[in-house]
Amino acid sequence: MADLWTGYLWPAIFIVLQIVAILVPLLIAVAYLTYAERKVIAGMQLRRGPNVVGPFGLLQPLADGIKLLFKETILPAGSNRIVFVLAPMVTFVLALVAWAVIPFGPNQVIADINVGVLYLFAISSLGVYGIIMAGWASNSKYPFLGACRSAAQMVSYEVSMGFVIVSVVLCAGTLNLTGIVEAQQNLWFAIPLLPMFVIFFISILAETNRTPFDLPEGESELVAGYFVEYSSMTFALFFLGEYANMILLSAITAVLFLGGWMPPLWIPPFTWVPGEIWLALKIAAVLFVFIWVRATLPRYRYDQLMRLGWKVFLPVSLGWVVLTAGVLVTFDLLPQ
Amino acid sequence: MESLLIEYLPILIFFGIAIGLALAMVGASYVVARQSPDPEKDSAYECGFEAFDDARSRFDVRFYLVSILFIIFDLEVAFLFPWAVSLSEIGVFGFWSMVVFLGILTIGFIYEWKKGALEWE
Repeated sequence: MADLWTGYLWPAIFIVLQIVAILVPLLIAVAYLTYAERKVIAGMQLRRGPNVVGPFGLLQPLADGIKLLFKETILPAGSNRIVFVLAPMVTFVLALVAWAVIPFGPNQVIADINVGVLYLFAISSLGVYGIIMAGWASNSKYPFLGACRSAAQMVSYEVSMGFVIVSVVLCAGTLNLTGIVEAQQNLWFAIPLLPMFVIFFISILAETNRTPFDLPEGESELVAGYFVEYSSMTFALFFLGEYANMILLSAITAVLFLGGWMPPLWIPPFTWVPGEIWLALKIAAVLFVFIWVRATLPRYRYDQLMRLGWKVFLPVSLGWVVLTAGVLVTFDLLPQ
Repeated sequence: MESLLIEYLPILIFFGIAIGLALAMVGASYVVARQSPDPEKDSAYECGFEAFDDARSRFDVRFYLVSILFIIFDLEVAFLFPWAVSLSEIGVFGFWSMVVFLGILTIGFIYEWKKGALEWE
């Protein structure tokens, strides 16, 4: 009996507590990201933004959540009901589980697997299933067209994201995310790999269907894209999943390019701040740029979007992988 | 083998919790909110019209083309990962082998480009 407790149950409970310790702040962060987005865009457009519910409108996300909870769940008559309900769950679950490998500090990670980068790559590739399932199961024209566009866009930009990640792996010499952060001890990869950093950031905008690549949701032509037919919590799960994905991809950007939990300089005022705070600050900075871009840029045309992905990013990132590898091999700079 | 699987156990538990959370949220809403389905409400949304024809009709072949191209290049990326990790061991020979492979793929890519497979107008 004692064996059972010390051998299995305590470790299991410990893992569950760790997961809860990540999920709760994450869901709060998602709720307040929607609030921050509305406030920041309002500020950029000289409006006030939400300011009625609670002090400074701080309870607005809560009010939105409760409102959605009490709405009717509509299951369209012509839809494949099971797939229709599963689709938002797939999006939501995938946006959460990727956090299992994100390191918050040295040894502060739920699953320190040695192929962390591949795991993230696999999970973010699966994200397209939620959208395709939603578009197909709705049996309605707007969701179907939105899902087609979204899937084509996501897979197009995933290719260049893959090449960017390969160039980071070349410099770090490991697929473990903790190892990648530790390889940036002296120099963040954003500096030597600056063009890759820019390509990666633009690709994650496309990957999360954000402005200027929000064609799948182009309101003026497709109403809302793949979630036209959704209501209530099924809609909320898509919404939460999408914003959780934004935070996740910002965290990946911070880990791959901005030194993860490391302070910018190893001198006193910076080293006093704990690593988790640094990571949170970096994520917040990337998210701010997400919102800033949304408030600034108009939407791309679909042919421009595809041209940028296939004819600019793909050749440039492929060439950069060869260049990085060539420089590392020639000057014997490869990490051991 | 055993320790390798143990490393992945937290991910499995994480999946379980996330799925449970998603089910609980949808289930709670379904139970709490009043459900009053109606044929008009449940019909497909088409800006107030009756749906003209089946939504699952034909669509542009270029979406297939993009996904086929994606498979080729994503496999290539998957092939690059182990190479990138072990480059310090395989050195110059490993580097040039991969350059040859990438060169062949680039020829294919140029062919697709010239054939107009990447055009959207």
